[in-house]
Amino acid sequence: MADATALPQAAAPSADAARKRSGGFWHWLQPRILPIFTTLAIVYLMIPIAVMIVFSFNKPAGKFNYIWNQFSLDGWAHPFDWPGLGDAVRMSLTVAVLSTLIATIIGTMMGLALTRYSFRGRGALNGVIFLPMATPEIVMGASLLTLFVATALPPLAGSVPTLYPTGFLTILIAHVMFNISYVVVTVKARLAGFDRRLEEAAMDLGANEISTFWRVTFPLIFPGIMAAALLAFSLSIDDFVITNFVSGTTNTFPIWVYSIQRNALPVQINVIGSIIFIGAVLLVGATTLRSGRAARIR
Amino acid sequence: MTAATATAPTGPTFRARFGRAVPYLLLAPGLLWLVIFYVIPAVQMFTYSVSTGSLETGFTMTFSGDAYATAINQFGRQFTNSLLYGGLATVFTLAIGFPVAYTIAFRGGRYKNLILFLVIAPFFTSFLIRTISWKILLGDEGPLLAPLRHGFGLIDANIPLLGHAGIIDGRFSILNTPIAQVAGLTYNFLPFMILPLYVALEKIDIRLIEAAEDLYANRAAAFRRVTLPLALPGVFAGSLLTFIPAMGDYINAELLGNPSTRMIGNVIQNRLLLQNDYPVGSALSFILMAGILVAVAVYARLLGTEQLTG
Repeated sequence: MADATALPQAAAPSADAARKRSGGFWHWLQPRILPIFTTLAIVYLMIPIAVMIVFSFNKPAGKFNYIWNQFSLDGWAHPFDWPGLGDAVRMSLTVAVLSTLIATIIGTMMGLALTRYSFRGRGALNGVIFLPMATPEIVMGASLLTLFVATALPPLAGSVPTLYPTGFLTILIAHVMFNISYVVVTVKARLAGFDRRLEEAAMDLGANEISTFWRVTFPLIFPGIMAAALLAFSLSIDDFVITNFVSGTTNTFPIWVYSIQRNALPVQINVIGSIIFIGAVLLVGATTLRSGRAARIR
Repeated sequence: MTAATATAPTGPTFRARFGRAVPYLLLAPGLLWLVIFYVIPAVQMFTYSVSTGSLETGFTMTFSGDAYATAINQFGRQFTNSLLYGGLATVFTLAIGFPVAYTIAFRGGRYKNLILFLVIAPFFTSFLIRTISWKILLGDEGPLLAPLRHGFGLIDANIPLLGHAGIIDGRFSILNTPIAQVAGLTYNFLPFMILPLYVALEKIDIRLIEAAEDLYANRAAAFRRVTLPLALPGVFAGSLLTFIPAMGDYINAELLGNPSTRMIGNVIQNRLLLQNDYPVGSALSFILMAGILVAVAVYARLLGTEQLTG
């Protein structure tokens, strides 16, 4: 079977035979084209990450960290040493944590309702859930901004809470909005393979619906909820396009990077980027290992 | 589970008390959020696109089409750029992504998860920082061009190889050209293409391909008539996931392109955030959304994906 063959020596038996018969470079190359191509594509994907990490050790000659000058640990020794950077990172983390919490809770509830119950309009609702994921971010950002502006202008002004000028609250609202759909879809995927008989067994043993949920259903779908939360967190902390429309003068980390890169490109950007990258890799690695172990135990 | 925790229901049960309301109660918060902050903003944006006024005086709905006329007459160039560069990026991600997804699905073996991990690794860094990394990489004095220029004395001459796209001030550059912009777009959305392609290819029963070969199809024919049709839903999903955000992108155009390669996203951003021109900004967003819907419908028709996915 082809998929049992490992990547580097992925020569199919027939190709091997062909090579023995006629030899030549082409026959050597043919079975290796795909692995070589894939390796090159992976290199292409890794290059900017490598550049980010390497240039976090640069000591730029001027204000812009574009050209390699000399090795230095300055950036890593003073990762927040730039006006506004610390606040921006703190704002990003606050928004990410809060929006992840809110979106995960209400998204999980929606996911449960959509898989567990049949009710009128369920099909249409599944479509509505997909809409925010299919809308270009720029359109969502622009439309949110028009709503926030409208709350401060007649005829709406006075009758609804004012959300303009924009700031922390509007960023949070926007992040929860675009995260909900991703949470619903992820949780639904986990619930799709759920064995309802486990719940029936719990009920047969005298558990009521609430304790069945918390003691049987919730622990079983918890990995799905965690996956959804991780996704929401990473989407939130990286979001630039929507945030740029609804942030006003408040800076998240990506907004700060965007606004400063015209006047300076401090090495600290690469340092914080590298820290986020390494943190995410460790987190995902740990989660994968844990779920792998849990699967083996079960 | 111990018997102590499984309390016997006393009085009306949970289901009896809330009964049919449960799904609606579960849905209410999320649905409200999406209605208030997704649906209503879309309505509001449409309202502004047919209004006149300014941020100071407020906007009044006049149902004038002026904003749409301005949007189409003044920014045709940027719409074309979006379509062209977004389309090119989609084609390139497909050309790169298909062989990669194919390799992971059929030849991945024990490296499968590692390669998938590497494919999504770019998501662990900020989109903006990745694009800035390209700016470092492709700069005139960057790691790519500086050695060529200083080490080998190459490419200082005016090389007409790539047409005028790569020539700035009479010398060869990559940064601030459409080449850099499309490379950045392709890079940024490549994982969105590979993952759905991989999911579609992974699902293919290898015995179908073997059966085709048993029936005297050569490898090319088996690929064209079995693998490719079965992978089409993945091609469709991947293309949408690439094309939609690439069309609306304005970071790559701003960081890697030049003023003449600006895309529609740049204009929307500029109108709404810098000029407070809400009518035109809203009209542009609406046209973008409509254009994407039309493009998706045409594409679905071309690919015949409705029949495939059912």
